[in-house]
Amino acid sequence: MTVTAPVSLTQHVAELEAGEHVIAAAWLGAVPALALSDGAVMVGAQDDQSRVDVHGAAGLLTAVAVGGHLFTGGGDGRVCSIDAHGQMKELARDARGGWIDAIAATPAGAVAFSVGKRVTARDEKGVLKQFEAPSTAQGLAFAPKGYRLAIAHYNGAALWFPNTSTPTQLLEWKGAHLDATISPDGRFVVTSMQENALHGWRLAAKPTDKVAHMRMSGYPAKTRSFSWSHDGNWLATSGAEAVIIWPFQGDGPMGKAPRECGVRRAKVTQVTFHPGAYVIAAGYEDGCILLLRLTDGSELLARPAVKGSGITALSWDRPGKRLLFGCADGQAGLLTLPA
Amino acid sequence: MSDKIPVTVLTGYLGAGKTTLLNRILSEPHGKKYAVIVNEFGEIGIDNDLVVGADEEVFEMNNGCICCTVRGDLIRIIDGLMKRKGKFDAIIVETTGLADPAPVAQTFFMDQDVGERARLDAVVTVADAKYLTQRLKDAPEAKNQIAFADVIILNKTDLVTVAELDAVEATIRMLNPAAKLHRTTKCALPIADVLDRNAFDLDRILEIEPDFLEEGHHHHHADDIRSMSFEIRGDVDPDKFMPWIQELTQVQGPDILRCKGILAFKNEPKRFVFQGVHMILDGDLQRDWRNDEARVSRAVFIGRNLDRDAIRKGFFATAA
Repeated sequence: MTVTAPVSLTQHVAELEAGEHVIAAAWLGAVPALALSDGAVMVGAQDDQSRVDVHGAAGLLTAVAVGGHLFTGGGDGRVCSIDAHGQMKELARDARGGWIDAIAATPAGAVAFSVGKRVTARDEKGVLKQFEAPSTAQGLAFAPKGYRLAIAHYNGAALWFPNTSTPTQLLEWKGAHLDATISPDGRFVVTSMQENALHGWRLAAKPTDKVAHMRMSGYPAKTRSFSWSHDGNWLATSGAEAVIIWPFQGDGPMGKAPRECGVRRAKVTQVTFHPGAYVIAAGYEDGCILLLRLTDGSELLARPAVKGSGITALSWDRPGKRLLFGCADGQAGLLTLPA
Repeated sequence: MSDKIPVTVLTGYLGAGKTTLLNRILSEPHGKKYAVIVNEFGEIGIDNDLVVGADEEVFEMNNGCICCTVRGDLIRIIDGLMKRKGKFDAIIVETTGLADPAPVAQTFFMDQDVGERARLDAVVTVADAKYLTQRLKDAPEAKNQIAFADVIILNKTDLVTVAELDAVEATIRMLNPAAKLHRTTKCALPIADVLDRNAFDLDRILEIEPDFLEEGHHHHHADDIRSMSFEIRGDVDPDKFMPWIQELTQVQGPDILRCKGILAFKNEPKRFVFQGVHMILDGDLQRDWRNDEARVSRAVFIGRNLDRDAIRKGFFATAA
């Protein structure tokens, strides 16, 4: 057995100056983009970089990138999309100008957003449909197939089919549900909760089957970031002083212990699985970023801890060669993995 | 001083003058920027980018405690505002006239993310001098708001006689002897009397008045909100006091709106200060007892259905 210094990738990071709290990091094709709390989106990097003012002084609150577009929701009640050329388009506007609480999108270009209890889905043709959740819709997630939306709210989640007459399916579980995600195979809906736990539902394969509940608890803080492995077998989560990774092969994680990677004396704030390998990029509240290999727990340092610069956004490009990150204090960077 | 953003909660029954006070705070030339969380848009006459609509969603926490409620919308809005730190100096939350202040206050103690970044500065209640007495009879919300307050603004004093004003103030004092009270017309008062009060900061709990209304308590009905304060002329045994206060707030937490105390612990040169909201208790050793100060232990409880004699007996049994 040999002892070696932890391998560092820090010399492969190019710094970016975002200047504001980074809400989301995204890839518009091969172009990196950062959604910023001051209402702007920074498109590109280094010499080829532009700032697009999207939401103005009302601020940008939430953003998601899918299919080469960044979809943003602002304090001005507007939902916009930005492409790799920095072209901005307004897609929808809340009639009362309320804060956009959550946003989700599909690769085909459909987008859904919520303002309080009101959920609006806009399909790729621009047709708007509305749904009123029983309480504030805090989290939204599209299913990988079909035009179906999971809506996390107080005391459960709803599965809504905006374009069909199929009745909305209510998934009940007491408590306040925050963010939502659906597994790549569409079998599991998982929400994060106010009580520092995750709740999962295994959806019925046949109408006669029962929905199974999964309770994943033990977190010292709320989980606000989760990411599925490329094959859908694992769900990596934030909220602990390590990345907690739940197994979703077969019937799901019940009765199985989760994996823990990247144990440090700081909480994980952001996680994102590599698009093609069992490698997780983990961002911590103290600004550190580690790349973690699930199979053996080995660690690579991508960014050392930086005071006041907690990681708020992480995103792999599609080939999995570059990692974009953003921080609470407006720092950001681009890691290019050595060939 | 911490760099947590101070949050002031404005309560008061419908028509008491909350919006007048809010507009006054926002329009005065103090050079500060406030983010404002309101329930009704359009009432605010001031241009402000940081006005956010709330919907007063109360969440029960899944910990088996029925009084452990938080405001879900507030958690979400404060999370959003904190991403724009530096754009404002403080947050003001205006609640509807029917709101219970407890879930708002508890949010700052129960939600870790909010508690790490913001601190509850004070609950400020605006009361209508002319109609408060009536409201206290017919609206339990109005009573809650008075009992819970750190600062009470007795407004519209020009609409009542001096005798009526004294009577309504005496009524308020029965519910809440500890709050700072200001008599105003059109909510005209120095903003420093409202903001930056540090009412929940243990270091700022300086004095607890002896119960000057002790004689009046027999006029209360059992189901009423009332305040009670007790004084032990001397030290308290922490090994007796701690289990007692913990059990009291666990068992009667739903009925205890607020509690506060300054205690002299046996063999302890420093003052022990505590305060609580329902089941949530916060306590710490503070400054040394001064030589010119008598070591007395005092505690105040405000709540409903409280058995005064049982609490008195329990408290006195903790004497060292």
